[in-house]
Amino acid sequence: MPLLIDDTLIYISSSFPKLSNLSSFLDDISTYVSGRNQHHRWKMEFWAPFLIQSCSSPADIISTVEFNHSGELLATGDKGGRVVIFQQEQENKIQSHSRGEYNVYSTFQSHEPEFDYLKSLEIEEKINKIRWLPQKNAAQFLLSTNDKTIKLWKISERDKRPEGYNLKEEDGRYRDPTTVTTLRVPVFRPMDLMVEASPRRIFANAHTYHINSISINSDYETYLSADDLRINLWHLEITDRSFNIVDIKPANMEELTEVITAAEFHPNSCNTFVYSSSKGTIRLCDMRASALCDRHSKLFEEPEDPSNRSFFSEIISSISDVKFSHSGRYMMTRDYLSVKIWDLNMENRPVETYQVHEYLRSKLCSLYENDCIFDKFECCWNGSDSVVMTGSYNNFFRMFDRNTKRDITLEASRENNKPRTVLKPRKVCASGKRKKDEISVDSLDFNKKILHTAWHPKENIIAVATTNNLYIFQDKVN
Amino acid sequence: MAEPDSDDSLNPMSILIDELQNEDIQLRINSINKLSTIALALGVEKTRKLLAVVEEAIVREKAVESLRAISHEHSPSHLEDHFVPLVKRLVGGDLVNSRISACSLFSVCYPGVSIAIKAELLQCFRDLCSDDNLLVRCAAASNLGDFAKVLEIDDIKSEIIPIFSNLASDEQDSVRLLMVEMCVNIAQLLPQEALEALVMITLCHAGEDTSWRVRYMVADKFTELQTAVGPEITKTGLVPAFQNLMKDYEPEVRAAASHKLKEFCENLSADYRENVILTEILPFSQELVSDTNQHVRSALASVIMGLCPILGKDNTIEHLMPLFLALLRDECSDVRLNIISNLNCVKEVIGIQELSKFLLPTIMELAEDAKWRVRLVIVEYMPLLAGQFGLEFFDAQLHSLCMSWLVDHVYAIREAATNNLKKLVEQFGKEWALATVIPRVLTLSEEPNYLHRMTTLFCINVLSEVCGQDITTKHMLPTVLYMAGDPVANVRFNVAKSLQKIGSILENSTLQTEVKPILEKLTQDRDVDVKYFAQEALTVLFLA
Repeated sequence: MPLLIDDTLIYISSSFPKLSNLSSFLDDISTYVSGRNQHHRWKMEFWAPFLIQSCSSPADIISTVEFNHSGELLATGDKGGRVVIFQQEQENKIQSHSRGEYNVYSTFQSHEPEFDYLKSLEIEEKINKIRWLPQKNAAQFLLSTNDKTIKLWKISERDKRPEGYNLKEEDGRYRDPTTVTTLRVPVFRPMDLMVEASPRRIFANAHTYHINSISINSDYETYLSADDLRINLWHLEITDRSFNIVDIKPANMEELTEVITAAEFHPNSCNTFVYSSSKGTIRLCDMRASALCDRHSKLFEEPEDPSNRSFFSEIISSISDVKFSHSGRYMMTRDYLSVKIWDLNMENRPVETYQVHEYLRSKLCSLYENDCIFDKFECCWNGSDSVVMTGSYNNFFRMFDRNTKRDITLEASRENNKPRTVLKPRKVCASGKRKKDEISVDSLDFNKKILHTAWHPKENIIAVATTNNLYIFQDKVN
Repeated sequence: MAEPDSDDSLNPMSILIDELQNEDIQLRINSINKLSTIALALGVEKTRKLLAVVEEAIVREKAVESLRAISHEHSPSHLEDHFVPLVKRLVGGDLVNSRISACSLFSVCYPGVSIAIKAELLQCFRDLCSDDNLLVRCAAASNLGDFAKVLEIDDIKSEIIPIFSNLASDEQDSVRLLMVEMCVNIAQLLPQEALEALVMITLCHAGEDTSWRVRYMVADKFTELQTAVGPEITKTGLVPAFQNLMKDYEPEVRAAASHKLKEFCENLSADYRENVILTEILPFSQELVSDTNQHVRSALASVIMGLCPILGKDNTIEHLMPLFLALLRDECSDVRLNIISNLNCVKEVIGIQELSKFLLPTIMELAEDAKWRVRLVIVEYMPLLAGQFGLEFFDAQLHSLCMSWLVDHVYAIREAATNNLKKLVEQFGKEWALATVIPRVLTLSEEPNYLHRMTTLFCINVLSEVCGQDITTKHMLPTVLYMAGDPVANVRFNVAKSLQKIGSILENSTLQTEVKPILEKLTQDRDVDVKYFAQEALTVLFLA
């Protein structure tokens, strides 16, 4: 059977050895192919089907984006506490070239603003993170969290409704009880599809500081929530108790030097999790070793490059996101200027480092003044762990292919991209003569930042959130 | 078909049926609970339709429970024809939930079916125990004991023990920790010879498992294991294991072991019990008294007094009292509370005199500690202590302490001491109050410090409730009324508030002749707050 890759036909004969991992086979082929071809293109070309969501009010600023495990649903959370879920259309049999588009499936208000009376502080309703649970029955479940409270939402479809009540007319009016002469049982009749979201559990009052991460365990029964100084373990069924598993609060707060910035469970091993810190370290802990995982099992830290030392070194080394690869062998961390891939078996340095926007290193002073240096960028893996993606400024986002070592910068903006056109690669000129189509560093718009991105678990579909808009790009299918 | 006698009789039924579809879950549940009533009203045919409609609301666990319950109604052939295929379908199901449900159904359908079917069921169960999915293995593991109960001894040895060994060395600690409890269940089914091998091997591996949760389960189930193995094996095998748990490096494990300390010692065989405790257990307990983790110390404190009856008077005084005293001075209040709550059993063994000789000095020290929060703890424990020691002892030793708290520098102490008085009077009675407490309280009204004079009023507020009308009117009211002429305004308006409070207990004639004139005088006071509270009191007491 032929396999079509980059316009080159490759036949797989029946005597070919059986491959258990098709995606790595494909990666090998692509290396082979791109070596042969002189004019190789970036293997994935993204195109913009259409703009998904446009937001005008500040409350709608998107604060988190997450695909579910099948990729059929995409959830976004915003600053106003709302969650909007998009659903991929079922594939059109006639138009086999395009994958289904994403349409709004459900919208609901997840969190409301609250007031902490004890500290006289407002608790924002902004959704910090959404995580989907793997599907167990017809309904979908997700966890959404703001700074203090985590909620488990059930999203279910209703396409039938009961008719034939004894005491109610069809339009809802109540019938006079004296007119009821026989009893009947209501029956279900079909109706237009209605998607309902209901809060099933509310996990509150466990965090003194702001929650920055939630992560669901591979045992599908427990999850962790992390704030600046503590990580708690919850059971999905139990809302009035949670176990504290990491506590880095010093006895004397004046000795505080680092905070927890992100935490995640290992995708396969239900006893292992990692958490990253503002000092650029990642700790891996095993919950079997002790009840309180204050002592790490592994500490990942790269020694500082003395030539790059500056006043801002510590700030830009702070890790804003940590994500395990789907395989569980690697993890990726994002600090201000770079993305690093770590092999879990090697603690003293990352195995790969990719510069996201090295041209900003000389601009750190002004970025500190406008607070941009504290921006928390997220990062994500593609389904086969061969490509990683992260956001930057000027509505640019970057992808790095781990096998070919090639990278690309793309822009998410309405002006430059008409629907169904292929995205053009962008380039930033750091210094010297600016070529045509390049952008100089000084004309980058630092208010247009892409902090949140997500990659479909199986296909080359990506969701990119700019300040005001959500874009969904798909790989061009030949 | 139910025909209405009158229109009224249908209405409740109609509501019930409609509410089966109500959005509110509680209303749906109410209706479901009344299904039998609805069924009677509807008759056979309509009821069948109804059950189909309601099905979606039944939760998986309830379904399994129901299946287990109705399996008893089935004859063996029925089981083979209907129940066993159901189980097999669940076992072969794609959804994890169906396989989990299946695990609970084996023990109810196994007995009574034919040998061939039994073999099939065993195979199914074996498959579930080695399922890829962790949750399924856990469900199967937790049902192992239940299933073993319905098997023959030989089958247990040949089938269950191998499964047990496999699960006990499962790579996931969630499965391994379940095996500790299963070990207890299975041990109860085996004859003595087979026990030692099973339990000791389990204990050995689980007690040294690298995952702390497995070791925790060993500690938690320790006394049950002890009962299962009997005294001989306990002496040789379990005591060392218990020692290891008490010095485990994980605090959760040490705390669990500490909780079991008393029960473990109680269950030791009488001929070697005392010796073992003194030489093997107590040294480790001493270490735990100064454990770094407060939960460990707290757990120890809650049970250690229980060793007194076992060891007897002399050993208690020599070996246990030092431990109690150390724990009584612990910085964690939970630990101290656990000691103080259990003084009774110590008292039974060594007598009140010895007890007071040892503990009283420490209690007195704590009661006069420089830190008021420490003093507060003792104040709050006082009713408990008074109850434990009894009236005579209290009067002799603790009474003056309680009175001294009424004039403590810190308001929180004075307030707590006032409440303390109320509880003591509740315990010891109003005659006692009249004889001992009230005179002292009333003398406070002569104190030069106005804060102490106010304390009198606060005490009277609480004491009037428990002492009743007679004592209040005869002994306490005169002082209150006298204090209406106090030079300090704070005292005067508290008089008004007191009168308002105790007024509800007084007789109307008293109110009219004695209280009203005083309150009216106070409404003419030069201080605005006094006027206000006096007016309040008059209004509330309907004297205005």
